[in-house]
Amino acid sequence: MIISKQKPFKEILEFLNGKNKIFITGCSLCATSCMTGGQQQIEEMKEKLEKQGKTVTGSVILDPSCHKLQVKATLKKQKSQINAADAVLCMACGNGVQTVSSCVKTLVYPANDTLFIGEIERIGQYQQACKACGQCELGWTAGICPITKCAKSLLNGPCGGAKNGKCEINPENDCAWILIYNRLKDLNMLNTLLEIKPPKDYSKSLHPRKLAASK
Amino acid sequence: MGLKEKLEHNEFAITAEMAPPKGIDFGRIRECAQAVKGRVDAVNVTDFQSAVVRPSSLGGAKILLEEGLEPVMQITGRDRNRIAIQGELLSAAALGIKNILALTGDHTSIGDHPEARGVFDIDSVGILQAATKLMNGEDINGHELSGIPEYFLGASVTPLYEPVELQIIKMVKKIQAGAKFFQTQAVYDIDVIKGFMEKIKDLDAKVLVGVIPLKSVGMAKYMNNNVPGIHVPDEIIDRMKKAQDKEKEGLNIAAEFIKQVREEKICAGVHIMAVGAEENLPVLFDMCGF
Repeated sequence: MIISKQKPFKEILEFLNGKNKIFITGCSLCATSCMTGGQQQIEEMKEKLEKQGKTVTGSVILDPSCHKLQVKATLKKQKSQINAADAVLCMACGNGVQTVSSCVKTLVYPANDTLFIGEIERIGQYQQACKACGQCELGWTAGICPITKCAKSLLNGPCGGAKNGKCEINPENDCAWILIYNRLKDLNMLNTLLEIKPPKDYSKSLHPRKLAASK
Repeated sequence: MGLKEKLEHNEFAITAEMAPPKGIDFGRIRECAQAVKGRVDAVNVTDFQSAVVRPSSLGGAKILLEEGLEPVMQITGRDRNRIAIQGELLSAAALGIKNILALTGDHTSIGDHPEARGVFDIDSVGILQAATKLMNGEDINGHELSGIPEYFLGASVTPLYEPVELQIIKMVKKIQAGAKFFQTQAVYDIDVIKGFMEKIKDLDAKVLVGVIPLKSVGMAKYMNNNVPGIHVPDEIIDRMKKAQDKEKEGLNIAAEFIKQVREEKICAGVHIMAVGAEENLPVLFDMCGF
């Protein structure tokens, strides 16, 4: 799940300065789950924009915003409302904004800040779980990612900075390496940790990355 | 006799630690260095300690060399990628700096530029591996060097850590990667270091136990609450409370600890971190009888 958070309304208004007719897009997947781009948030945004004297020419929930073919087809049906707008406000992740932007001539603005790939712990509570490093390490770390969950992304064990099992830079975070150690110990697999891991190969994660999946 | 030779000959080694100034005025460091010259085997120069902008450890180590002291250049993975780390190690060797202490590095977020991007391209084990490779005449990708550096490699370990086995696993890796000596986080309880040394007695590495002389009761309490791996026991805090001259009592406590480590041969040496009170080092050595 791509976790996003709505930008402060003031920042959105700054983008939309001088643009009075707005078309809004939401997203059926991550942004709906994050309550940053579902039907309710679109309604609320519409109301707030109208209070500022702006007109909302229309809105649509893309299914999802990152699927270019779907986005193209859906937005085609909304062509007149989009053409009537000075700007499109996209309530999705940064990927969604760019996909929408590539499908319309009107300028597209982000309503959200895209934060991380994470899990939904419970409604409104999200935590980062994957940094998309391009070489998954979870196979030897008992399913706990040191790249993401260790603040220093250490691969060969912890720094000396844990206190009571918590990370020195944020006492709300568990030390990933202590979690990994405890789990491997329970599984009687601590030997796994004795192998020196070579530095990560960042040439595998040059960006922008592309993938042509083979059939 | 240098640090390496001293440790190899199983003689008690004493290292201290100095941080480059915030700026370019090394006057105080030079004075402190002169004051301990001949009384320490080597002096660590911290590498942007606490993620704070200062002259680099390479610059500080060169200044100690000029003062006739043997430096231990600390280097972390926080601010440099593998290209810069190898370059820094090569520069060190070219300038005559042989002792290297490889560290992970404090996180950027605790420093004076919390907005900075932390690098962490290679960790302390990776830095040690890189230095070992350089000593074999090639960089970590196998490209040949003209002129081969020589290093005496060290690393850090935290004896008071739960679970300590996890520290020891990493220590084993550091030894495999080339670490010959270890300097520890500051220890105040002799039983902590005794227990730790018993656990690692089969490992092939020299351990210099860390000592931070206390300056006040507040400092002890602050470290207990905020510094991972440091615990000042209540009886030491009580001694500090009762003392008229707190700074002197802190040095007394440190001297007693150092003497016990030496007399009972608990560790290969001590590493004294005066944390801003380097002027007190000669007094401490007098107390120790060094």
